[in-house]
Amino acid sequence: MTLTAAFFAIIRRDLLLAFRRRAEMANPLFFFVLIVTLFPLAVGAQPQLLQTMAPGVIWVSALLAALLSLDSLFRSDFEDGSLEQMLLSPHSLSVLVLGKIIAHWLVTGLPLLLVAPLLALFLGLPEQAMGTLWLTLILATPLLSLIGAIGVALTVGLRRGGMILSLLVLPLYVPVLIFASNAVDRAASGLPVGAQLNILLAMLLAALVLVPLPTSAALKMSVN
Amino acid sequence: MSVIPAAVSRFFHRTASSPHFYALADRFIPWLTAIFILLLAAGLYGGLYLAPTDYQQGDSYRIIYIHVPAAWMSLFIYVLMAIMGAIALVWHMKMAEVMLVASAPIGAGFTFIALVTGSLWGKPMWGTWWVWDARLTSELILLFLYLGVISLYGAIEDKRAAARAVSILALVGVVNIPIIHYSVQWWNTLHQGPTVSKMGKPSIHVEMLVPLLLMAVAFKFYYLIAALQAAKLELLKREASSQWVKTLLEKQA
Amino acid sequence: MENSQQTALVVKELSCSRDERLLFSGLNFTLMPGQVLLLEGSNGSGKTTLLRVLCGFRDADAGDISWCGDQIDESSYYADMAYVGHADGTKKELTVLENLRFALALNMPGHYSIQQALEKVQLAGYDDNSVQTLSAGQKRRLSLARLLITHNILWILDEPFTSLDRQGIELIETLMVAHVEQGGMVILTSHHDLTIPHMSLQRIHLDSLDS
Repeated sequence: MTLTAAFFAIIRRDLLLAFRRRAEMANPLFFFVLIVTLFPLAVGAQPQLLQTMAPGVIWVSALLAALLSLDSLFRSDFEDGSLEQMLLSPHSLSVLVLGKIIAHWLVTGLPLLLVAPLLALFLGLPEQAMGTLWLTLILATPLLSLIGAIGVALTVGLRRGGMILSLLVLPLYVPVLIFASNAVDRAASGLPVGAQLNILLAMLLAALVLVPLPTSAALKMSVN
Repeated sequence: MSVIPAAVSRFFHRTASSPHFYALADRFIPWLTAIFILLLAAGLYGGLYLAPTDYQQGDSYRIIYIHVPAAWMSLFIYVLMAIMGAIALVWHMKMAEVMLVASAPIGAGFTFIALVTGSLWGKPMWGTWWVWDARLTSELILLFLYLGVISLYGAIEDKRAAARAVSILALVGVVNIPIIHYSVQWWNTLHQGPTVSKMGKPSIHVEMLVPLLLMAVAFKFYYLIAALQAAKLELLKREASSQWVKTLLEKQA
Repeated sequence: MENSQQTALVVKELSCSRDERLLFSGLNFTLMPGQVLLLEGSNGSGKTTLLRVLCGFRDADAGDISWCGDQIDESSYYADMAYVGHADGTKKELTVLENLRFALALNMPGHYSIQQALEKVQLAGYDDNSVQTLSAGQKRRLSLARLLITHNILWILDEPFTSLDRQGIELIETLMVAHVEQGGMVILTSHHDLTIPHMSLQRIHLDSLDS
């Protein structure tokens, strides 16, 4: 079969798997909603305060939800030997890995796009910032899956890799967090956000090209 | 391969063997230590005694003789680690792996020193121990990157695989450092511009600058000494059961 | 088969250690089409490690592995080999058919169609059964069906007879003999002795290599 066929086969298989495990897959989404809900409880429900905090709250929660969902990216493939079979495929592992990351984003990132605006509304984010929130989510949630993939690939062989995974991945998420929440923040005050969105787009394109390579190298190390 | 002259290639192959590296490190360390002490003494004398008092900050500015070189080292060592990571991944050179692993805690130490001295310096300047200043924040994130390398190496039992993992991580980290740095600067536009690296018209007095550079070089020598010592230890641990370690131990006993 | 070099797996002076303990060193063998190599040795003698080195999952400390005269990374090795390890490499949430179709998508198609392969491993009619409903023996036979539907010359099998009954073992031996007679090669580890024609069988005892 051709590489393209293998690439789409891997996306199709992972989507099918996600569908069969849908209860498990919904957890990061619930987690996201839950964290956002915790903030008003912790800092108080003053509308002014929540409105100021909304971009940050949503983005920090999205980051944590993404982090929680990362484990499912390679864990089961590692445990049931599918990863070994992918390594032995004559096709480029990097391309297969990219397929897996895309499937992961479709399952974990895309739902955030639907829920986040609703939560933003609850937090009182002005309507003029909604479009920007959407755009940042579209550009930056794939980045979370991509950057996270490197971290998971490095830690998938560890029995208790969870803590180390967050230590590895969260610092790398800092630029995404800064530009995405800054864009929403500025949009809420009616300021232009072109620069932030362009930077996020550039980071996304760069990550799409660069991430599969270290990820597949790390997977090879983990299978060792 | 043919690009590299035979002599250089031979040198690398010789250094690439563990007993050779060990012996070489042993031979260099006393010299490096002597140079380090000289530079340190000169730098401290110049910095704490000869350099004039700052007209705004008084004597408290003198902490830069620790803070600035430590901050430079924190970045320098991470870049070096990435270079050694690349060498380790491409040429499977064990010494590059060992030096990478040995460097991480030292780099983390310098980063920590830069953070602590930065915060001590900030107290008289800003009135609080910590401000979310762009450079301090970048330094804090850099510390997390170091801690990531250290804990990943510790967590993977097979040390060869672990070295490969941290090589990959160091390379990923070094690509991200400029992005992180830039994003943090963006986030915090209210920061002091870099003071020393303005070539051409240095904004600090020469008498202050010279000791600073002396200290910077002294710190580099310190790093070399510490990294070589740590690399020696790492080699002994990794190859505890090999013949050369046994002979070495017999000789020293 | 029009290769300038003859199809062969050549292993030269291979040595490997784990946790500073030498597993084997100076291992040499050549495997030609039509041959079976049985790796023997006690637990922990490095049988699985050797198979994983041959799969490229881990690096040997020293030595050389070549396929058709080239280093394995620079040859068609990965297109020509297939591996069945301890882990099945199948997804328990997917059906038998879905699993095999995915395996086919990752590799080049082989001699048999999925249906033919399922008949060969006596899983015909299980197409739409989810893998988690299969017994351990059926799962093992499913992972062997993968060998039949994809293109490969060299089979690398790690303990293929575990969780199989007498019939299952005979089935695999039949499949191996058929594969070898068509010019294939097999490397396997097993606690169970093989009852296939001895003329094509090589044995390597790993304990005896460990000096």
